[in-house]
Amino acid sequence: MTTTARVPAIEGWFTLDDAAPRLLGLKCGECGTVVFPPRALACPNPACPATDLASVELSRTGTVWSYTVNHYAPPEPYMSPDPFVPYAVAAVELADEQIVVLGQVAGDPSTLAVGAPVEVVLDTLFEDGEGEHVVWKWKVVAGEAGA
Amino acid sequence: MSVDQVVVLGVGMHPWGKWGANFAEYGVVAARAALEDAGVSWPEIEFVAGAETVRNGYPGYVAGSTIAQALGWNGAQVSTSYGACASGSMALDAARSRILAGVCEVALVVGADTTPKGFLAPNKGERGDDPDWLRFRLLGATNPTYFGLYARRRMELFGATVEDFAQVKVKNARHGLANPNARYRKEVSVDEVRESPVVSDPLRLLDICATSDGAAALVVCSTEFAQRRGVADPVRVAAVSTVTPKFPNAVIEMPNFATDSAVAVPPAPVSFRDSIARTAYEQAGIGPEDVDVAEVYDLSTALELDWYENLDLCAQGDAERLLRDGTTTLGGRVPVNPSGGLGCFGEAVPAQAIAQVCELTWQLRGQAEGRQVEGARVGVTANQGLFGHGSSVVLVR
Repeated sequence: MTTTARVPAIEGWFTLDDAAPRLLGLKCGECGTVVFPPRALACPNPACPATDLASVELSRTGTVWSYTVNHYAPPEPYMSPDPFVPYAVAAVELADEQIVVLGQVAGDPSTLAVGAPVEVVLDTLFEDGEGEHVVWKWKVVAGEAGA
Repeated sequence: MSVDQVVVLGVGMHPWGKWGANFAEYGVVAARAALEDAGVSWPEIEFVAGAETVRNGYPGYVAGSTIAQALGWNGAQVSTSYGACASGSMALDAARSRILAGVCEVALVVGADTTPKGFLAPNKGERGDDPDWLRFRLLGATNPTYFGLYARRRMELFGATVEDFAQVKVKNARHGLANPNARYRKEVSVDEVRESPVVSDPLRLLDICATSDGAAALVVCSTEFAQRRGVADPVRVAAVSTVTPKFPNAVIEMPNFATDSAVAVPPAPVSFRDSIARTAYEQAGIGPEDVDVAEVYDLSTALELDWYENLDLCAQGDAERLLRDGTTTLGGRVPVNPSGGLGCFGEAVPAQAIAQVCELTWQLRGQAEGRQVEGARVGVTANQGLFGHGSSVVLVR
């Protein structure tokens, strides 16, 4: 019997905690600015001299700033399923961090609305010989859709 | 702040289309047309400012010298600029700066592209440190994905409708009917837009611009050079704005995964897109009320509406009213995209910002046959390249 390996589609951008995954950002110890993805060379606040940023877990929940549903298969390097399946992308505001983060949408996009509460989940991005590549996605919090 | 002005002595284009030829061929056609229009011979050109294309291999990365060599080496100094869709403005700014500094009198600005069919895509290979590659890989975030996000946001905040978006296409299609350089010269109805396939909901195929081959070129010079040529009352460049955002940029921009965080510093009262034209107006010493005609980057129909507000042609949330009451249609108070815009051209990235300047030059000279804005004396362009490139040019006559 074989089990499919679960591998992150990118290292270090989110935790692999299935029950309550978190996006991983960076936080400036001096001015409090948060960065996602966690790739800043220094604090992006031009008035802040800090260069040493610490890893931080971002809020699990946010609200939809806007969203769209794509009906055409993107070019490579997107790994489209065959046949292609339309997918939604949402821009989500995180109140504590005052940041908007993109992500694909897990589950039924028909419940999406601007202002809807969403949470971070892990979901399949694509599968290949190496295993199941997982990525963060936004999912509408059940029963609270619409705003 | 008002600065000295350089003269647009000549303009030229290669028609937009899908011609399948080498980009340099188009660039040479546009350059020769601009030189002829200016009455300047190629050997007289002292500086060549090229706008780069990233889709045509090494010759595209060095577009200024590729096109200079194709015209026959004349020994001119050269530069090549890249700022995605803003590349053409950067090239113009390089030429203008040299002329204003007094180290050059007459320069050629040129941009040309040959584009693949379908979505613009990142460079090939495993490029895990390139955000442009990663947004396709991890999100499937094509360019229209971002346009769809903005369009939905506009509907939510300001009550824009999909019919409004379609009406932008209808307007621009009509504007471009008589433009010999436009790729699509055909009336389009609201129903045709609404019946075209959904790309990035709420946007449909006819809401989104195509990718095209094309080229545009300018001959720019000092006031003294123009006077020696006996050119009275020329079109002048009153401003070139190539601003970047100010932290924290609170709007999600291509190709980013997130905005800046505003937790430590509140967002600037003037957004990045607002700052693009505002900087140009300030440089030119004019205000939005002075503008007679505008060429804006309608990558999507909905984005054209955003630009009305970013150009201060109206207050935020008022763009639909401007469209509906005909203000931005030919014959209205401030026609937008009389050329037909990207809706009629499709995007030829390094040529597009230069093409906007070509159109405004024809408009200000009264030579825009079949699409003329009567009595136009002040024109403004606006566009934006991914990775934080603002682009706005003010022309006056």
